[in-house]
Amino acid sequence: MIPAAFEYHVPKTLEETLRLLERHGDEAKVLAGGHSLLPLMKLRLAAPRYVIDIGRLRGMSYIREENGQIAIGALTTHADLESSALLLMRCPLLPETAAEIGDVQVRNRGTLGGSLAHADPAGDYPASILALDAEIIAASTAGTRTICARDFFVDMLTTQLRPGEILSQVRVPPLAPRTGAAYCKLHQPASGFAIVGVAARLTLGKGGKIDSAAVGITGVGPKAYRAAAVEKALRGKKPSPKLLADAARHAAQGVEPLSDLHASAEYRREMAAVFTRRALERAIARAQGKKA
Amino acid sequence: MAMRYIGKPLKRKEDPRLIQGLGHYVDDLQLAGMHYTGFVRSPHAHARIRSIDTSKARTAAGVVLVLTGADLQGAIGPVPCAAQLPDMKLALRPVLAHDRVRFVGEPVALVVATERYAARDATDLVEVDYEPLTPVVNPEKALEKGCTVLHEQYSDNIAYRWELEGGDLAKAFKAADKVIRQRLVNQRLIPVAMEPRGVVADYKPGEKQLTVWSSTQIPHLLRTQLAVMLGVPESSVHVITPEVGGGFGSKLNVYPEEALVGYLAMRLGQPVKWIESRRENFLCTIHGRDQIDDVEVAVKRDGTVLGLRCKVIADLGAYYQLLTPLIPTLTGLMICGCYKIPAVRMEITGVFTNKMATDAYRGAGRPEATYIIERMMDLVAAELKKDPAEVRRKNFPQPKDFPYATPTGVTYDSANYQKSLELALRNSNYKRLRQEQAKLRRQGRYIGIGLSTYVEICAMGPSSAMPAGGWESATVRVEPTGKVNILTGSSPHGQGQETSFAQIGADVLGLEPDDINVVHGDTARVPYGIGTFGSRATAVGGTAVYKSLVKLRDKLAQIAGHLMGEAPQKLVFRQKRIISKATKKSIAFGEAVGAAYVAKTLPPGLEPGLDATTFFEPSNFTFPFGVHVCVVEVDADTGDVKLQKYVAVDDCGNVLNPLLVDGQVHGGIVQAVGQALLEEAVYDEHGQLITGELMDYAIPRAADIPWLETSRTVTPSPVNPLGLKGVGEAGTIGATPALLNAVVDALAPFGVRHLDMPVKRERVWQLMRKGRRAK
Amino acid sequence: MAVEIQVRVNGKTHDSRVEPRLLLVHYLRDVLGLTGTHIGCETSLCGACTVLLDGKAVKSCTVLAVQADGSEVTTIEGLAAQAPGNGAKGGLHPVQEGFWEKHGLQCGYCTPGMILTSVQLLEDNPDPSEAEIRRALAGNLCRCTGYQHIIEAVRYAAKKMSKGKR
Repeated sequence: MIPAAFEYHVPKTLEETLRLLERHGDEAKVLAGGHSLLPLMKLRLAAPRYVIDIGRLRGMSYIREENGQIAIGALTTHADLESSALLLMRCPLLPETAAEIGDVQVRNRGTLGGSLAHADPAGDYPASILALDAEIIAASTAGTRTICARDFFVDMLTTQLRPGEILSQVRVPPLAPRTGAAYCKLHQPASGFAIVGVAARLTLGKGGKIDSAAVGITGVGPKAYRAAAVEKALRGKKPSPKLLADAARHAAQGVEPLSDLHASAEYRREMAAVFTRRALERAIARAQGKKA
Repeated sequence: MAMRYIGKPLKRKEDPRLIQGLGHYVDDLQLAGMHYTGFVRSPHAHARIRSIDTSKARTAAGVVLVLTGADLQGAIGPVPCAAQLPDMKLALRPVLAHDRVRFVGEPVALVVATERYAARDATDLVEVDYEPLTPVVNPEKALEKGCTVLHEQYSDNIAYRWELEGGDLAKAFKAADKVIRQRLVNQRLIPVAMEPRGVVADYKPGEKQLTVWSSTQIPHLLRTQLAVMLGVPESSVHVITPEVGGGFGSKLNVYPEEALVGYLAMRLGQPVKWIESRRENFLCTIHGRDQIDDVEVAVKRDGTVLGLRCKVIADLGAYYQLLTPLIPTLTGLMICGCYKIPAVRMEITGVFTNKMATDAYRGAGRPEATYIIERMMDLVAAELKKDPAEVRRKNFPQPKDFPYATPTGVTYDSANYQKSLELALRNSNYKRLRQEQAKLRRQGRYIGIGLSTYVEICAMGPSSAMPAGGWESATVRVEPTGKVNILTGSSPHGQGQETSFAQIGADVLGLEPDDINVVHGDTARVPYGIGTFGSRATAVGGTAVYKSLVKLRDKLAQIAGHLMGEAPQKLVFRQKRIISKATKKSIAFGEAVGAAYVAKTLPPGLEPGLDATTFFEPSNFTFPFGVHVCVVEVDADTGDVKLQKYVAVDDCGNVLNPLLVDGQVHGGIVQAVGQALLEEAVYDEHGQLITGELMDYAIPRAADIPWLETSRTVTPSPVNPLGLKGVGEAGTIGATPALLNAVVDALAPFGVRHLDMPVKRERVWQLMRKGRRAK
Repeated sequence: MAVEIQVRVNGKTHDSRVEPRLLLVHYLRDVLGLTGTHIGCETSLCGACTVLLDGKAVKSCTVLAVQADGSEVTTIEGLAAQAPGNGAKGGLHPVQEGFWEKHGLQCGYCTPGMILTSVQLLEDNPDPSEAEIRRALAGNLCRCTGYQHIIEAVRYAAKKMSKGKR
């Protein structure tokens, strides 16, 4: 219940944050909303020597359109994403995903940046971030760089972020015309994390065929991934319940599913297919302008 | 007695403080100079302690004391067990392990510091060198020859064997058309009271008084045991239970931490606090259930049950807590359920394993019995292709059969099972549900309808049938100003007796509930009591209250009669007045009370003062009963089970406050949903509790539950004057098998005849897949 | 290394020096003596420690006191004073009243958290359905009531608050 002692820094600017990170390297942890870090510290599974509280950085919590994309500040809370009018209109997949995280209290504090940087294999955002082909902006004293979502997740609790770097922004494209997206999830009954979480984004061509398909899956493997085989099976095809179901069967192709108390590897594999099918069905319906 | 308040849904008197954050739980106490203690706990399920190095901890900031088991040899007695069974092996648990640890979480050392955070830090600095031993985790393997033995003074891991037989079993099985067999596992559960345990102790050396505040259901039993464990006179120990944030049996116990914190306060001369973390609560507060039951039922083709045989393996954990060995025997007593079964045999083997002890958890032995008999009745119905309701109806004793003696040696007080069943079938629209089920199956949707008809044993007493004291006490004192204090030996922790006892008081004395203050949970203020468990506080404790009130009313009637020149037996108490039925003359209640204290106008020979005490011991237990019907739907893709409808008909005898009864029933049903669908304490093969936090152990949330449709029948109990039976555990007892029966019913098209709890979606999914492949 | 913080709790400003690792819940309980906020787990799941931080329900066991610097906290002790029309004269918040009227509590341990989460729910959604209430309470565990009377308590409060607005 009680974290180990640490040295506390509360930088006022991003520059100061980055200097602190550079100085303290691995011994420092960045604290945003605290909903990934503090539980670990309270159980003493994490005991960083330095905690750098970025919660007071100004201008890090926003959702706005920029150069045809939607830019989201790292400190934006799940609750802000869930209720953002801009996102609900232009990229409703993110609010739908955010609404599936934890509970009201957790969504009020937890942040997009914190959640992504933590890279919990059962976290919700990674599926949607992947399906959206989002870009992640990392800042360091050397400047900023853009990491595409596909490259961002490296392994369980490991991302492309280097020591000294901080996730500062996420950019997602607004949904194109005739595009539908959906996030479907099987909850772990105790924690509410995803045993399987599938985000699908489908765009229909003028003839009603599937022009493009993007499917991100979380919870199944040690890191979230794009279900390339599912996407391939859909592209250029006329959507039908059978097509979606057949394509969904490839959901865990090439992935070694995790196995734990709550779901065996075999069950995760099967549920990946079930929830992929459900997400595809819902996404198609939305792309076709139906309510789903 | 005019019933102006008994039976009415009065708002609770305890709520204003609780909804404003003004109640005080143990951790809310702040005493000057408070020290904090933390425990170093074994990470091994089974190990020898080679050595403990406390040097770093001792010199850490804020630390005032570090103790190991070796330091405490002879200073504190072992953890008590009140249960005694013939040939039961003793397995005494030291308050701190000193040479061997036998479950993960067993404390081996403690630190005391001046700050909460410093105590936590220092526990990490104690270095313990363990020699791991082979852990014994599976209770069946624990019984095998050559298995590692937990308690080295014995040759095996058998704690006891207990048998119970009634009727002619051989004859029953010989006469049977069919014998139906099933193994049923009643999994291990974690009680999860929302408030973890906590203890504060303060010692006044001048007065030689040790005060212990503990989150417990049994303040007096705790006081007695602390006096024994600490070797001090019981008159020097004072136990207070402030607000208690739920118990469910988990605080019906005496724990090492309670004795240790008391000891530390005496040794240091400083108040000491210990608050359990949720992790500790999962590891070292008692667990519930954990039985493997091999059951055989002999039946006639028409559904008549002739006999039942059940072999039980009860996993007791590493040591006994207060009632550990006793709990499975309650399963034996209630194994017949609400059926006339002429012959039964129970064989229980209690087994030691490297786990936390099991003990009383909401229902304590009776949910197991009800689960066994109610699952078996459904299996009988399935085997004979009869409706589950029909098979039940066939075997009920008739209302005229009560009191009804079972072959297990208990006598059911009163019931009408037929009436409850018909009402539940009607309320749930059972016939239409069956039609709906058939229709949905054709669409590839699988709903299941589950039925359970239960009877339970509660209002724990008489003493002859209890490990210690089957009675309850109450003192009622009318103070000189006319206000009433009811001092009850029951120690409620959410049940609302401050309200329901005030309702009794108001009606007996013709006052308002606000005139009556209910005092509990303080051994210096209330007479010795047994405690709140076994659905006994209202039926036994409430009866003691009632009897004391009647004694006082009779005394006041004598005083008033003398003042008024009326015969005392002609007086009634109403609206704060004492009124003559004959002449309509009256005096104020307060006037008679004043006379009792001023004592100038008392009838000759009558003692002054207004104080009455009763130690009420019932002549028998009570046997609440009821029928629960529920509907679940199974997701054909995932195996997820969703509870859709719940109908309960319960009979807890007369009702003091229907609001409180509904609350108990709702909470009980939802705890059953936990056992049936979600909860299981899982130890891995190393004896590690892998469901050691709420992150991995799911208890029901609001969204898991549909609207619960509850109703009641009323069959008063003849064993107490108010006709009360008790309701604290009925929901849990009745609901668990109803839920499982519904799930099995839903899966019938897949050839499923049984699956164990909790119904995990993956298991359901596997069974459906197997069923589909078999087609 | 203690840190200076200033937190406004239930309308009163507190200047404190705290260890950076001090949890907000311990700050409220042990430093300010506001023990109505309870602790039921260490994994942010039970919700017993829920308070309003700048008007939003949060789990105060998963917030450092230093993170609340400059913020406004409402605990169960200060809720009634914030109810419309109550002011400093006391009384109960409609949600508190609902819990009392509808027997929304038994042991009372989860109750302050339940009430504060319900307060935020009714601010966001003044007329929630049963399903919406159940979903909104996902982060608050109760082991006593089976939740049904809590649902009724929230409905009671919703009705009462909408009357107050008319």
